[in-house]
Amino acid sequence: MGYPVTSNGTGQPQTLFEKIWRRHEVVAPEEPGLPSILYVDLHLVHEVTSPQAFAELEQRSLSVRRPGRTLATMDHSTPTDPEVGWERLRVLDPAAAGQLDQLVESCWRHGVPLLALGDSRRGIVHVVGPELGATQPGSVIVCGDSHTSTHGAFGALAFGIGTTEVGHVLATQCLLQRKPKTMEVHVRGSLADGVGAKDLILGIIAAIGVDGGTGHVIEYTGETVRSLDMEGRMTVCNMSIEAGARAGMISPDDVTLSYLRDRPFVPTGSEWTRAEADWRSLATDDGASFDRRVELEASSLEPMITWGVHPGTAVPVSGRIPQLEDVATPQRPNFEKALRYMGFQAGEELRGRQVDVVFVGSCTNSRLSDLETAAQVMEGRRVAPGVRMLVVPGSQQVKAAAEAEGLDQVFLAAGAEWREAGCSMCLAMNDDRLRPGQLAVSTSNRNFEGRQGPGGRTLLASPLTAAAAAVAGHVTDPRELM
Amino acid sequence: MTRHDSTAPRFTVLESSVAPLPFDHVDTDQIIPAQFLKTTVREGLGRGLFDSWRGQTHGGEPFVLDDPRFESAQILVAGENFGCGSSREHAPWALLDYGFRAVVSTRFADIFRSNALRNGLLTVQVPGSVQEGLMSRAFESPGALVRIDLERQVLTTPWGEEVEFEVDAFARRCLLEGLDPMGYLLAHQPQIEEWEAANPQPFDTRECGAA
Ligand code: SF4
Repeated sequence: MGYPVTSNGTGQPQTLFEKIWRRHEVVAPEEPGLPSILYVDLHLVHEVTSPQAFAELEQRSLSVRRPGRTLATMDHSTPTDPEVGWERLRVLDPAAAGQLDQLVESCWRHGVPLLALGDSRRGIVHVVGPELGATQPGSVIVCGDSHTSTHGAFGALAFGIGTTEVGHVLATQCLLQRKPKTMEVHVRGSLADGVGAKDLILGIIAAIGVDGGTGHVIEYTGETVRSLDMEGRMTVCNMSIEAGARAGMISPDDVTLSYLRDRPFVPTGSEWTRAEADWRSLATDDGASFDRRVELEASSLEPMITWGVHPGTAVPVSGRIPQLEDVATPQRPNFEKALRYMGFQAGEELRGRQVDVVFVGSCTNSRLSDLETAAQVMEGRRVAPGVRMLVVPGSQQVKAAAEAEGLDQVFLAAGAEWREAGCSMCLAMNDDRLRPGQLAVSTSNRNFEGRQGPGGRTLLASPLTAAAAAVAGHVTDPRELM
Repeated sequence: MTRHDSTAPRFTVLESSVAPLPFDHVDTDQIIPAQFLKTTVREGLGRGLFDSWRGQTHGGEPFVLDDPRFESAQILVAGENFGCGSSREHAPWALLDYGFRAVVSTRFADIFRSNALRNGLLTVQVPGSVQEGLMSRAFESPGALVRIDLERQVLTTPWGEEVEFEVDAFARRCLLEGLDPMGYLLAHQPQIEEWEAANPQPFDTRECGAA
């Protein structure tokens, strides 16, 4: 057991990213053009992106190098209908069941701990890591999943990898990586009532663009970011990939430490004291420089909602879709294609548009505070006729905590569906999906064509805005219901 | 350093016609939709490639993969930020399985590029003018050949222009020499052990009592 207290050794001010990178660089590039070998502290695994990696291990007769640094869960294709258990899944969706069986088998064979169906701690991979305290400041965390950036909220370097790389990490606990560039997104000003972390990150992506962070690791700084609780910080870091950045991070502080204290994998006693000192020392030093820097003002931010088919298309919920004249000429074919898919007109208002489905869930917004926010809107109100509302907790632990507060009763009384934990309608691998043409307000992270079901149309928004749409039956400014 | 694998993906020179995909921000959910991700093997994903766009028309033109003029193209020319979104390696697997060997764009999403190169699908980043030229030439004379030479890092357009491109030096060696990244990592076991000895593991995931 150990949490080293180290200085950077150079005396130069360093960023959080540089401190973590330096610590984990097992081998620096041996000659120009070669990548570094980077050590991975925690490897998270799920059923969809791991089967071919385990198969590769078998083919090469390799074993998992550090099963104790690996944690597997089932989330992407698991049923969220409480009526569908393991046995019925085999009948309803043999392909999904086969993939889950394979994960059980691979984990068993290699001694990798697995949060399987039925486990009270199972959930979306990016919800369970932090919840168990496995996500810790200063670590390198990877998973075959692009929203691994979520874990950066704790001051970890966390990013998504492909399946071939999942195999590399299973076999060697290391990755071949080229050092990315750094980018600071500095946000000032306090968020207005009814405006939260989701609105903030949608605003950031709209400002820097869906490829604004490509090639970079983002560190979010500034008073606005500091004022967020850990769940809000996770929401922000989660969507870093939606700006093209593989990782997003926030320097650890009191908020981080008090969240972590007493979680299962977090040390106690004198180990905690050492860990705490180390974690605090990781924060970006005053005067450290980034390759790029963007400053944003958040006090004028409004509740945001996307209108298009990528997450960079957020506008204020009371605003309008851009006019054709406001779109640069080379972008117009994409703009018109998006409008055609969504069935919208340029310059149109989104407010008042009828919605078919409201989805509260996903690794972006399925934690307890997200459900509490949505429940506050639903309390004493009803889901509008003709609207289907799904509430899917991020983990079985979130579900239990919400039920202890009676949130399930609030949602059920309002006419919403209360489900088992999983990715659900975020990517529609199971039965939770939109029908062609349906319009959803969703708290997830991707509004790509068909993401929530072939032909389905998605408006991304906060839990507050989503719940307000469920009650109103159309897109509405949630502040009118507050 | 020099562990080579005869089964590793290779790429040297490719000469082929081009299929044009004139949209920006093509995400990996479009390349291979989620319903095809329940597989446990890498093969056979070509049938799901751009599944939801198949059978559709765009501006009166059939979707490029349904257009017999582009049937034999092994090079896809796409708009900017190709491969954004999900990290699914199924995306390059599907493109390769379908028959593509290279994608040309002005900018690739990071994870897609890394996944593609690991599988021998070459990502060639070119300036906007070249991409537009290739796109319109493909529509005007569909069989026109483009040559991609990885050794020289040069793309030759149908109009004879030689365009240099950058490619990750390690990925290039892997593809040209058959260098195997897993083998490369395994060859560094002593350094990995040294790192582990100096950095004790803070906790063990097996101690959470999970099955
Ligand atoms: S909730 Fe959605 S974005 Fe998050 S891990 Fe699951 S599928 Fe991916």
